[in-house]
Amino acid sequence: MVDTLTPVLTDDWDAERSWTLETYESRGGYGALQKALAMAPDEIVTAVKDSGLRGRGGAGFPTGMKWSFIPQDNPKPKYLVVNADESEPGTCKDIPLMMATPHTLVEGVIISSFAIRANHAFIYIRGEVLHVIRRVQAAVAEAYAAGHLGKNIHGSGYDLDVVVHAGAGAYICGEETALLEGLEGRRGQPRLRPPFPAVAGLYASPTVINNVESIASVPSIIGNGSAWFASMGTEKSKGFGIFSLSGHVTRPGQYEAPLGITLRQLIDLAGGMRHGHELKFWTPGGSSTPLLTAEHLDVPLDFEGVAGVGSMLGTRAIQLFDETTCVVRAVLRWTEFYKHESCGKCTPCREGTWWLVQTLAALERGQGSEADLDLLLDQCDNILGRSFCALGDGATSPISSSIGYFRDDYLAHLTHGGCPVDPTASTAWAASLTGAQA
Amino acid sequence: MTLSTETRAELVEIAGRYPQKRSGLLPMLHLVQSSEGRITPEGITACAEILEISPADVSGVATFYTMYKRKPVGDYHVGVCTNTLCAVMGGDEIFATLKDHLDVGNDETTDDGKITLEHVECNAACDYAPVMMVNWEFMDNQTPESAVRLVDDLRAGTEVHSTRGPRLCTWREAERVLAGFADGLAGEGPSAGPSSLVGLGIARERGWTAPDPEQSDLAAPADPEVDAAPAVPTDADSGSDKHQAAAEADDDVAEAAEVEQDSPTDETAAEKKEAD
Repeated sequence: MVDTLTPVLTDDWDAERSWTLETYESRGGYGALQKALAMAPDEIVTAVKDSGLRGRGGAGFPTGMKWSFIPQDNPKPKYLVVNADESEPGTCKDIPLMMATPHTLVEGVIISSFAIRANHAFIYIRGEVLHVIRRVQAAVAEAYAAGHLGKNIHGSGYDLDVVVHAGAGAYICGEETALLEGLEGRRGQPRLRPPFPAVAGLYASPTVINNVESIASVPSIIGNGSAWFASMGTEKSKGFGIFSLSGHVTRPGQYEAPLGITLRQLIDLAGGMRHGHELKFWTPGGSSTPLLTAEHLDVPLDFEGVAGVGSMLGTRAIQLFDETTCVVRAVLRWTEFYKHESCGKCTPCREGTWWLVQTLAALERGQGSEADLDLLLDQCDNILGRSFCALGDGATSPISSSIGYFRDDYLAHLTHGGCPVDPTASTAWAASLTGAQA
Repeated sequence: MTLSTETRAELVEIAGRYPQKRSGLLPMLHLVQSSEGRITPEGITACAEILEISPADVSGVATFYTMYKRKPVGDYHVGVCTNTLCAVMGGDEIFATLKDHLDVGNDETTDDGKITLEHVECNAACDYAPVMMVNWEFMDNQTPESAVRLVDDLRAGTEVHSTRGPRLCTWREAERVLAGFADGLAGEGPSAGPSSLVGLGIARERGWTAPDPEQSDLAAPADPEVDAAPAVPTDADSGSDKHQAAAEADDDVAEAAEVEQDSPTDETAAEKKEAD
C-alpha cells in the first residue's frame, strides 16, 4: 500500500541550502545522470515510456512517446525545450520546484536531452519570477563547472549546452508553439499544427517541449526504475504529482501525492476549509479546466477520473472557493484575463473573449436578462475549437461550467440589480474568521 | 540617447548565446530596459541592427509582451495580483488601497519616481494569496496594511526583503538579471516558503514516503518487459513476453495515431494544457 503523500520532487525542499549543487549531490543528486550516460539513449526513452509518465503540464500526453516521435534520421539538430512559463491561474508548482531544487530540473534536462540526442536545451522561464531565474541560472553555472554540462560530459563523448531564457510577460507563451515563437525572438503567437514540434519545432528542427515537473521526474525514474514510478498512481495515470491547494482552505500549499488522490483527502490533510465555511466550487487544474463543486469531492484526481466528470486534471492547480465567493465575479475576472491574454491571431478568440467580457460584465452589474445566459453559451459555442490554440477554449470552461452549476447565482444578480455578495467576506482577513464584527 | 558602447557589446553577447541570434531578442530588450529605464527608440534600433531585422520587427515584439515598458518605470515596480483567486482573497482591496494611498492609477508612477503601480495576472504563488510582486520578487500573504507599509518603506529607502528572496534591488537591476547577467544573489533567501512545505511537513510527521526502491521487487529489473507492466501478472514464458511487448507497441502506435488525428478541439485543448 502506497502512502497518502509521496514526496519525491518535494523531498529536498526542506534541506539546508537545497538549491546548491553541494546539497543536491549530498542527497544522491546526479547519480541518475551517471546511470543514464551508461545507457543507450533508446533505453532511456523506453524506461520513461514504461514508467507511464504523462505530461505534467496538463495535457497528460505520454512523455516517453513524445520523445519517440523525434525523427532520428532527420539530419537537423534536435532540441529540448523546457516549458517553465508557469502562468495558468492557480498553477504554482514549478516555481517553488525551481526555487528550491533547480538541480533536479537541470539533471532531468541532461538525461532527457541525451535520450533524444539533443546537444542544445533551453529552459524558458516566465520573466516575472526573478529569484527563480537567479536560482536556475546559478544551477546551470554550477552544473557546467562540475562537468555535468558542456563538452564530453564525464567522458561520455556527449555534449550539451543549456540556455536559461527569461520570457517577458505573456500567458500565451505557455502554449508550446507560442513559446517557440518567443524563443525565436518573435511575438508569442501559436503556430498551426501539423507540423508538430517533434518534426518542425525550434528553428524548424525536431523539438521536444516538456513541462518542468515532467522533466524533473525523469531522474527519479532512471534512478529508481520504471516499475518503482508505476507502483504509484492509478492504472492509466502512473506516478506522483504535486497538487497545489490555494484559496479558502486552512493550510494552502503543495502536496505531492500519487495520482488518484481525492479532493476530500487533500482538504482533510490541509486542515479542512477555513473555519466556519464550506466548499462552493473549485478548479481541478487551473482556470481553463471546467469548475467542479462539493459533489465531486470523491473523484479520483487522475486524468481519467476528472475527465469522467466533465473537467480535466490539468496542472492539479486546485483553487478552492467557499460560499462567501460570488461565482459570477470569479468567472468575470478569469474572462477578463483571457481577453487580455488572447494573442489576437485568431478571430474567434480575439473577438469572442471581448464579447464574453461585455456580456458577463453587464450581467454582473445586474443588467440584461436571463436570455443573456443563452447568449453567453452561444458565444462560447462560437469560440470553442475554432482557433489555433486552446486559449479560447479555456476561456469558455469557467463560463459554461458555472452556468451549468450556478445558474441561480447569475439570476440573483438580475433580481438584486447587481452583485448580492459582500466582497469583504471572502478576503483572507474577513471579520467572520476571527469572530469579530465588521 | 544613444546606447553606450558597453551596452551594445552586451547586446551582441546575448545574441551570441543562441544558435540563431534573433532568439536573443527577448533578453536583449530586458537589457535595454535595464540600461535605458524603458524601451527607447534607440534601443529598438540597436537591437534591429545587431539582429539584422527591421526596427518594425523589434517594435512588434516589444509591444507584444507586457513586461516591456515604453514609459519610464519607477525604482520599484509594484504589482498586485488581481486574477480571480488573489482578487477574491483581498487583492482587489489591496490594489484599491494602494491606488488611493499613492494617488496613482494603474500603470502610473508616483511623482517622486519611486513607485510604478500595476495590477498583474497570476504569478504562480496562489498558495500565498493575496500576492504582490516588487520588481518581480515575491511578497507573499499581503494585507492592505502590509501593502501600505511596504510602499512607504520603499519610498523612504528602508531596506526591504522579499518574503522568499533577497533584499529588493531596483527595477533596472532586476531587468539586468532577466537579460541573463547574474547579480550574485541566488544564494539569498530560503529554499522554500512555508506554504511550499506544508505537504512535506505532514509526510515527515506521519512517516509517509514514496516506496523504497530497494525494499521491494521494484528495483529496476534486467528484463524491460517486467518493468513495463508491473500491474499485469507477467508470464514467465519469454514467448508470451514478446507477444505482450508487441501488443504494447501496437497500443503505442494506436494511441499516437489517436492523438495526432484527434479532433482539432481536443488536440488544441490538450496542447494548451501542456502549455502551462
